[in-house]
Amino acid sequence: MRETVELHKKQGVGRAGGVRLLPAGLGIRERTIASAVLLTGIFLFILIGGSLVTDDMLRVDLTNIFAPPGGSHLFGTDWVGRDMLLRTLAGLSLSIKIGVLCSVFSNIVAVVLGILGPTLGGKVDALVSWLIDLVLSVPHAIVIILISLACGGGMKGIVVGVTLTHWTSLTRVIRAEVLQIKEAEYTKISEKLGKNSFYIAKEHILPHVLPQLVVGTVLIFPHAILHEASITFLGFGLPPHEPAIGVILAESMQYLTSGSWWLAFFPGASLILVSMLVDRVGKNIETLISPATAYKGI
Amino acid sequence: MRLKAENISFRYPCGHNYVLKDVDFEVESGEIVGLSAPSGYGKSTLGRILAGYEEPEKGGAVTLDGRPLPKNLFNPVQLIFQHPEKAVNPKWKMKKILTESGTPPAELISAMGIQEGWMDRWPAELSGGELQRFCVLRALTPKTRFLIADEMTTMLDAVTQAQIWQVVLAYAKEQGMGVVVISHERALMERLCSRIVDLEQANSPV
Repeated sequence: MRETVELHKKQGVGRAGGVRLLPAGLGIRERTIASAVLLTGIFLFILIGGSLVTDDMLRVDLTNIFAPPGGSHLFGTDWVGRDMLLRTLAGLSLSIKIGVLCSVFSNIVAVVLGILGPTLGGKVDALVSWLIDLVLSVPHAIVIILISLACGGGMKGIVVGVTLTHWTSLTRVIRAEVLQIKEAEYTKISEKLGKNSFYIAKEHILPHVLPQLVVGTVLIFPHAILHEASITFLGFGLPPHEPAIGVILAESMQYLTSGSWWLAFFPGASLILVSMLVDRVGKNIETLISPATAYKGI
Repeated sequence: MRLKAENISFRYPCGHNYVLKDVDFEVESGEIVGLSAPSGYGKSTLGRILAGYEEPEKGGAVTLDGRPLPKNLFNPVQLIFQHPEKAVNPKWKMKKILTESGTPPAELISAMGIQEGWMDRWPAELSGGELQRFCVLRALTPKTRFLIADEMTTMLDAVTQAQIWQVVLAYAKEQGMGVVVISHERALMERLCSRIVDLEQANSPV
């Protein structure tokens, strides 16, 4: 173990010429924690910063339309002179909110059904499996459109639609994991030591399910954002006046051929960066809680 | 106290053959009994039934002083498995694993050869022999009346075997705990046990 640490330190010294985000004196575990905290900070900054963008800040300025990226407008301006940086920030914030809500709700459904099924067994488990197969067998883009319409569109429609179609894969993984752990020797021993099923679910099963949840969140998040964009693009999602990334990208398509590349480039790149950010935070958390990697870093 | 198994018959769910057929077995407190037989004669199955991990077929019963083994409560009959790496949760640190059944006295921990530095490690960072010490100690609670050692030290080297058995035997003597030694190592059993039951004769599976 110590040798590994030494090795990593040496590699760190070798990279000394490059840009270093974090001080070198920290251990690998501290660096992983620090980078997770830093990235979560950026994430929260975008989320909160975007929420603070008001309609007044996005006012129309027809004397300054199609301004390329530069000094006063870092991301340029659009066809009515609105600042693209602020629009992107507001759009990202909305996308993050939708992504987080969808991930959290899908996770809740997956944890509840994934643990209840194998624990109660019999008919309940059969019902859970049947529901998974049912939802997975229907093309979900159509289901999301239908659910979104039924809920009256908007953010609520997208969140409900994505949640109801995206809990399945994670539920499957968790159900399989729980089935396996329930039969493990250490769980049986725990029963014989007089521990109740709540203790076993919380102490024995949850630590195994948690990494799956982190990965599941990371996987559902970009899905939710993409569905938001596509449903909005088709006109069933968010209303056109919302500064969502999907709306921005759809609008920018008309102006791409006339050379206004920044209308699509910066919002699109930001969306990818936010997805990568979430991915990186997820990996950091996984590294920290997994015994195999907890002391080794990324 | 007396742990008694009467008229035990057992088949695994998918098999038609009886692993155990009308087997009787009993252990007194403080007694150390060996259970020997070739592979496939149901030594481990009997051990699992004695500790309540499997239910015998109708007509047979395991009783502790005439009463059935408690369910959903602490079981005074504790089984130790052959493979310690499967008997510990890989996501728990060793200290939590050891104290799941309560905190053992410090002198017992050191007698077992468990070092303080192991407590903060995960199971993957210890060897099989080191893990088995934790599993044995976890089962040796003040409430444990009988210990079923199913090939407890089979995969360990002789020195470690001796160390673990010395602790278990001393504890059994002090607490008046009964021990069932399941093993295919005849020499080990003759050394440890006051009585050896040959399952090959007691059991006649079809």
